Amino acid sequence: MTVAGVDIGSNTAKAVIMDNGDILATSLIMTGHQSRLAGRRALDLALREAGLEEGDIALIVATGYGRLTTDFTDQKVTEITCHAKGAHSVQPEARTVIDLGGQDSKVIAVGENGKVVDFVMNDKCAAGTGRFLEVMAAALEIELDNMGEVSLESESPASISSVCTVFAESEVVSRVAEGTNKMDIVAGIHQAIASRIYAMTVRVPFKEKVIMTGGVARNIGVVRALEKRLETSLVVPEMPQHMGALGAAIIAEERAGA
Amino acid sequence: MVAEEGRKLYLKIDATDRMKQLMTEYYIDAKGAEGTDRPICWITSGGPVEFLIAMDVIPIYPENHGAMCGASKMGVQLAEVAEGLGFSGDLCSYARLDIGSAITHGGPIGGLPRPDFLLCCNNICGTVQKWYEELARYFEVPMFLMDTPFIHKTTYEHATEYVRKQCLELVAFLEEQTGREFSLERFAEVAMLSVEGIELWKEVLKTAEHRPSPLTCFDAFIHMALIVTLRGTPEVVEYYRLLKGEMEKRIENGISAVPEEKHRLIWDNIPIWFEMRNLGQLFARNNTCLVADTYTTAWAIDIKIDDPLTSMADAYTGIYLNISIDLMFEKLLALIERFSADGVVMHSNRSCKPYSLGQYDLARMVTERTGKPVLMIEADMTDSRAYSEAQVRDRVEAFIESFP
Ligand code: SF4
Repeated sequence: MTVAGVDIGSNTAKAVIMDNGDILATSLIMTGHQSRLAGRRALDLALREAGLEEGDIALIVATGYGRLTTDFTDQKVTEITCHAKGAHSVQPEARTVIDLGGQDSKVIAVGENGKVVDFVMNDKCAAGTGRFLEVMAAALEIELDNMGEVSLESESPASISSVCTVFAESEVVSRVAEGTNKMDIVAGIHQAIASRIYAMTVRVPFKEKVIMTGGVARNIGVVRALEKRLETSLVVPEMPQHMGALGAAIIAEERAGA
Repeated sequence: MVAEEGRKLYLKIDATDRMKQLMTEYYIDAKGAEGTDRPICWITSGGPVEFLIAMDVIPIYPENHGAMCGASKMGVQLAEVAEGLGFSGDLCSYARLDIGSAITHGGPIGGLPRPDFLLCCNNICGTVQKWYEELARYFEVPMFLMDTPFIHKTTYEHATEYVRKQCLELVAFLEEQTGREFSLERFAEVAMLSVEGIELWKEVLKTAEHRPSPLTCFDAFIHMALIVTLRGTPEVVEYYRLLKGEMEKRIENGISAVPEEKHRLIWDNIPIWFEMRNLGQLFARNNTCLVADTYTTAWAIDIKIDDPLTSMADAYTGIYLNISIDLMFEKLLALIERFSADGVVMHSNRSCKPYSLGQYDLARMVTERTGKPVLMIEADMTDSRAYSEAQVRDRVEAFIESFP
């Protein structure tokens, strides 16, 4: 049986097509301003890659912020449940999921069965999210994708004490003006994120293993800073951004089979 | 899984019309009294209104008005007036929008009637004292402050005595302001009616112990208006009798507030007034009934008739916001047990510090003791700028998805 999971986030839309537990195809596109269309396009792309038509799909589950605006999906599940599911499938021993996406960050405690035990999300604040990193990259005039590598070279991370995006940005600007190395500033930014996320992990029953998902997991600098702060190593799956869509596809499989 | 919309998500309570009528009459009467010789007193929500009723003073509750402004989605525009005058955006939004409304006569009823004097009781927070001082300056009217010592573990005789003495001072203050004489007999009569109203209100709330529940806390938030503003009057007693009857009928006929009640939760903190309808439907769609809350029970105080002043002092000192976290925890636990709840939803209310400070500890204590989960949502009771609908919807749905 073939099913699909579509995850429409604030930044990117992802789709995963599965057939009896195997991933047939995945896709990832920018969401843009019309989340409904983005979900549709992500699904079409994945279908094309798999060489399938929509009629071949038994059940489609949507997740992510844009899930409610879709009309082509059969069921809708929150990304918290889906991320837990997806992360559990790639790492069954994971008991904590740290998901840093474009617009929010969350820490999810997962049970042995992949179900959500507890979770915390950042409140209306961009600190610790992909958006935060984007703003910082712009302030430093470096490529977002290079931030991770750049920061690893730092030996004395600058102190960025504020966790507020706006304040942190002006702190970064003044560090630049003071002549601080870019790599030290970037490393400092990653430390600021790590301390913010650490504060969230103490609010859930935090257990090892810890898996990191979401776009920010692609930033090796943040991963290392978090590992240091949490004093544990993090599992980063091959496709961290697709964990929500994967979880949605697994839920689709469970429900279609039931 | 989300309920199909077979039955309407919200069932109207018939008694609501009568309540609206009583509230409208109350506000029309109060506004008509402005500038006449009928005295008007603005009073905090935790204040001892029975003294005012007994002296034929019209009580006006800025907080109830604040809730009305919030529910009519006028909170932000009024708060902005106060912010423009330099009041901090971190100040309680009831205070901000009340100040905004006093100045502009804005809001759904064109502002509140001007007070002749003010009665402020700090059993709910310290904010009210500064807020009322501001009102006293603005309206150039006298203010009476009733100071209730915080309860850490237990009440002490000297604390009760301290508050009881202030009740006597309040009587003297009211006599001076109104030129009328206080009658203990009349006061006892009012206190008795107040007790009767409160008892009936408790019984209304108690009907939610039934599974499935005939009412949700969102209903309770609306129907509490009378117990807050007009307790001590016969109309209130009559009204809650009516409401209780309707709830009992619902139980008899197997009618539930939420079409398919699967999960039962407790609400903590003041409602998010501008979002009540959406939230009510969100929970209902997810087969979840909010069966009780820590807010409407705050008015479920005990007053003993044989010594009304002393028991009044105890009752007003012991309300939910004037007690320690440990005591709050006991009350919360009792609610969870009594209403067979599966978990708790905590509204971390940006405005109300005394209500929101310590919620994370409370949440941890609840889960440690009962194993039941707690959901935290960040918002503000009337300031919609501090609210993100998509985030809250996500959290609520994920929370409910995690139930077995
Ligand atoms: S701070 Fe809280 S208790 Fe005090 S007036 Fe505001 S809402 Fe009421």
